[in-house]
Parts: sequence; C-alpha cells; structure tokens
Amino acid sequence: MDSRLTSVPAVSIREVIKVYGSGPGAFTALKGATFDVAAGEFFTLLGPSGCGKTTLLRLIGGFQDITSGSILLDGDDIASLPANRRPVNTVFQNYALFPHMSVSENIAFGLKRLGRSAAETRARTGDMIALTQLGPFADRRPDQLSGGQQQRVALARALAPSPKVLLLDEPLSALDLKLRQAMRLELKRIQEETGITFVFVTHDQEEALTMSDRIAVMSSGELQQIGTAREIYETPKNRFVADFIGETNLLAVTVAEAPGASGACRCRLPDGSLIDCQAPVSVAAGTQGHISIRPERISLVPVASGDGNGPAAITGLVDRTIYLGTDTQTMLHLGDGSEITVRAQNAHTEAATFRTGERAALKFDDGAARLLVT
Amino acid sequence: MAGGFRFGGGKVSDSTFGPLRTILLAPSWLVIGVFLVLPVGTMLVYSFLTKEFRGGVIWEFTLAAYDQFFFDRGLFGDEPPKLEWTYITIFWRSIWQAGLATLLCLIIGFPTAYYIATRPPDTRSIWLFVVTIPYWVNLLIRTVSMKFLIRDGGPLNEWMLALGAISEPIAMINTDFAVQLGLFYSYLPFMVLPIYASVERYDFALSEAAADLYASRWTTLTQVVLPTVRPGIVAGCILVFVPSLGAFLAPDLLGGAKNFMIGSLIEEQFKGNAGNWPFGAAASMILLTLVLMVLMVYARQQAREERRKR
Repeated sequence: MDSRLTSVPAVSIREVIKVYGSGPGAFTALKGATFDVAAGEFFTLLGPSGCGKTTLLRLIGGFQDITSGSILLDGDDIASLPANRRPVNTVFQNYALFPHMSVSENIAFGLKRLGRSAAETRARTGDMIALTQLGPFADRRPDQLSGGQQQRVALARALAPSPKVLLLDEPLSALDLKLRQAMRLELKRIQEETGITFVFVTHDQEEALTMSDRIAVMSSGELQQIGTAREIYETPKNRFVADFIGETNLLAVTVAEAPGASGACRCRLPDGSLIDCQAPVSVAAGTQGHISIRPERISLVPVASGDGNGPAAITGLVDRTIYLGTDTQTMLHLGDGSEITVRAQNAHTEAATFRTGERAALKFDDGAARLLVT
Repeated sequence: MAGGFRFGGGKVSDSTFGPLRTILLAPSWLVIGVFLVLPVGTMLVYSFLTKEFRGGVIWEFTLAAYDQFFFDRGLFGDEPPKLEWTYITIFWRSIWQAGLATLLCLIIGFPTAYYIATRPPDTRSIWLFVVTIPYWVNLLIRTVSMKFLIRDGGPLNEWMLALGAISEPIAMINTDFAVQLGLFYSYLPFMVLPIYASVERYDFALSEAAADLYASRWTTLTQVVLPTVRPGIVAGCILVFVPSLGAFLAPDLLGGAKNFMIGSLIEEQFKGNAGNWPFGAAASMILLTLVLMVLMVYARQQAREERRKR
C-alpha cells in the first residue's frame, strides 16, 4: 500500500473516452474513465457484458484507438504507440495461440520479436514452462492440449517478455468450474511470484473477489466504484454495485432523519416502519432512496421475543424456506409487499426455522443496512 | 486444420455399416470408375499402341510414342538415338509458364482474397460475385476478347499511344507475355476462392496476439497469417498450376505457333493435322506423371509434418 503513494502508477487512465462509429449511429463504449493501477497490483475490471471493460483493456493493449483522453504506462503516454510497441502483453479470451507452432515456439514468439539472443530465449522459455508447469507438453501443438493447458500456454506466452503490465481478457471463462477455481489460485500465485501488474477483465464477481487487490466495477461505460473486495461488497456506493456484487435486498425508503457525523441515519419504509442504517454520503431528510442489506446480515427471530432492533420490529410473512446445504434461505414479504431474502448458516443449529405463512421479525446486524440514493 | 486441403484422412472401420456401406458407396465407385479409371486407362493403353495415319490406332503394342517423345532417330528412323529436345522444351516452357502464372495469381490473388475476407459479411458475397462474373462467359470468348484487346491495333495499344506512354504499338500478341496474361486471367479465381475460404476462417485474434507480442505487420503476415492459411494457398496453387500446365486455349490463341505448350501439342495430335493418337496419349501420360509427382512430393511433405505434430 505504501508503494502506491510513492511510486508512479503502472497504468494511469485519464478521462478515456471511446466512441464506436460516428454520426447518429455512434455508440459510446466508455464515458470518461479515470483511475490508476499501482505497480504490482492485481487489478480487476468487473462488470456485465457490454459495460466497456473489454474495450478499456483493448485500449490499453493498443488494439483500438482511444477517442479522447490519455493512457499512461509508468508515466509515459502510450496512446500513440501501436500494439506492437507497447510493453504490455495480453492473455486473450480464447487464448489465440498460434496453431502451427509448438508450445515452446508460442512462448518464444515475443522474445524472438524483441531480438533476444537464442540462448536467452531458450532460457526464458524454459523458465516460463516451469512456472506454468507445462514441461511434458513443450513440443505439443495447441490443438493437442486441453483447455486448461492452452490457458497456461497463453499465460506463459504473455509473461515471457516480462511485460510491465499483463492484460487478461476473461481468461478463465472458457474453462469448466473445477478448473476455473484451480486456475484462480494459480493465477494469483503466478502474479505474486512474478510481481507483474495484472489488469484482469471478468464478468464473474467470484473470480474478481478471489484474486483481486482492487476491483473496478463498471456499468454502461462508466466506472461505478473502485475498491478492495471487502470495500465494494460491504460498502457499495450505489444500487448497481450493491446489486451486482453478491446478493442483496433492496428496499425503497424515504430518509426520516438525516445522517449525523457518524453516518448513521433513520429511514422510513413505505409501510411506515423505521429502520436504522448507514449513509455513505450526507443526504437531507425526505430524500428518496434504497437501503441495501445482505441476506446473511439479517436473522429471523420469533415476533414475540422483542429482540428486533430499531424503533419497532419489522416483521414479514414467510413465503418459502429453501435448504441449500451450508445455508438455509428464507424468502419473506413485508407489509408493503416488498420481498426480502434471509440467509442463515446451518452451522448455527439454534437458528429457528419458520414455516410458510408464519410471521417472523427481522433482526438486522448493526451497520449492515446501507442507504443508497443513486 | 479443419477443411484444409489435405491428402489421406481418418479411417472408419469397415464393419461399421456392413453391406449397406458397399451399397451406399457404389455410386461413388461408379463415378470414379467411369470418369477416372476408364479414360485414364484408355489413354495409358493407347499410348502403347501403333498409330494409324489421320487418327485412330492399330492394336499392336509398341513403345514408339514414348520413343518419339524422348529420342531423335533421324528422318528415316535408322540413325543412333539422340535426345529429342523439341518436346522436352515444350514441356519445360509449359512448366515455366504455369509456374509463373501460379506465382502471379498468388501475388494478386492473396491480397484480393484477404481483402474480401476482411469485409463485413454482407459485402463479401458481392465481392465474390464480382470475382466470378467473368466465368459466366465462355473461356474461348474471353480468350478471343483478350486477343483483340492486346493486338497491335487494339484498344490497349491505342490508349497507351494516346496517353503518350509509348510511341509505337507494342507487339504483345504471339509472345510469352500474351500467353502468360491469358493463363493469369483464366485461372485467377481458382486462386482467390480457396484462399478466401481459408482467410475467412482465420481467427484475427491471432494477428492481434502477434502484434501484442511485438511483431510488425510484415512479421505477422509471414509468421502467423501465411502459415495458418497455408492449406488454402496450397489448394489455390494446385488449382492454378495443374490446369495452366495443360491449357491450350491461351497458348493457341494468344501465343501463336512459336509459343507452343503441352496442351496445344496434345490437342494437335487428336484434333489437328498431326493426328497421332498414341503420341498424344503418351504426352498426356508424361504430363500426368509429372503432375502426380508434384502432388506426391507435397503429400509426403504434408505427411511428415503431420507426424512431427504427433
């Protein structure tokens, strides 16, 4: 974290705009993104398809021209450099391995283009093969490898020239679940071993949460929030982030008491009941907004127990209880008809289970309910 | 390499379909038998028979046709044999002309095919249609038209004179150049279409990957694009080279008597004044052998590469 303050960022994105086409049919894929990626960081661009994350990656790689703004690499503007002059390498979504070359030839390709000596190329290729555990397959062609092996070749090939930044475009999306999970840890290990800055693009939030130092959540060409996995999960800035990362309950509310210095405020649900929550920004009383609360931060208690927090316990009618192995999920609806999901770990056997049609009081964890006005 | 030009292939066990398999394959065998084995066999047999003047054969076995091709035994056939250069020269010229036509078709055809394959899908078909339009006109008509275009008083010379590019008409007709032009023009689409098919399947992410790994555009072309679309290039080269080698319309109409090619030589034995069927058949067999040798060298190379992959 300290190096982030003192050293030049590995990548600086400054007001980058990308417009495809022109005239009335023009489409703005990126509406002015600005952020820094620190050297050695595992940085993830996360968002649904069409949010501009791949566009942004391709702009850094040099495969497309930016419409305006600038991209700095170690402080140097690279926007005018073609892809083959940028000291960044890419792991492509479908790997794009050269089909007529063996694994080691694929890995050596970039080194040869950089004019490295034969001995150095051989040594470096060997190192990469060892790093990615491709030893037995060095002489095979890509079409003789499994998806996971191809993925590792793509990674080794992109790492071989020691790029300043490695760009990864949904590299795990073509793998099956088990392999994907194993590769997440492997990728993280390789990133830590090499110390190379990774910019990773994915639509898979679990992938992002597992590997990233920081995550940039994107939607419709705009950055929504940048932060660590914990920050974006626990303190989402807006409805989109709260909804996209993990599961959440969103309830329409009106601010009843404006937040104080601590950010604590009180909101009114449509049925008139009040709820305590945290507001990330200062808002005036009467503002319309939503509160977001994660299903695992709510517990259900019998109505009569008086254990509910807030001015008056909020209660709901149980619609359905679903047993999910590790968890039990309970769906309820509140007095105004809004639906709410509660998730309790089955490890706590004392947690009461409620039958369909039964009324239960909702107990929110302290500070778990967050007011979102955008 | 899916859909590539390739010899040999996977084997299906004979027992998979049993007798049904034989029945279903019968039409194919019939077609191959009637249109391949029978005519080639007839030619092979005829090449060893004795000639009847003004066409036809006498059923007497002889090596005379091959002897005539390779050896000169003097006017009366009683001198010691010397190597006969006339026909070998014609063959050599044919190979050279066909090779050059293939090279020119490749140089022009590859960028054309690449351009078409990189257009948006709906405009590609228009371009392909444009490329094939001349083929809706008979080859003879096209070749004759070419003759009119390039003759001494033809439009091409007139234009160049009018533009002041030349001061007197260039004699283009009845030269190797004219033959080459005819061959190139006749067979260009046979180069464009298979290369187009290959480039269309080419994954352009490979070009991006090459650029990402510091390759210049030229290196990307030679190290990544060309090797990947090679099956299409090889198919195109074979499709241009083989018919160019046996072409007779272009050499006949554009080349005149001095620029004889194998095709014309053979044609003359059957249709023209020479009327020597066994010699025509022998020349065909020699041509066929040559072509097969080229294809076999390629096939073996391909097989070696396949083995190297394993």
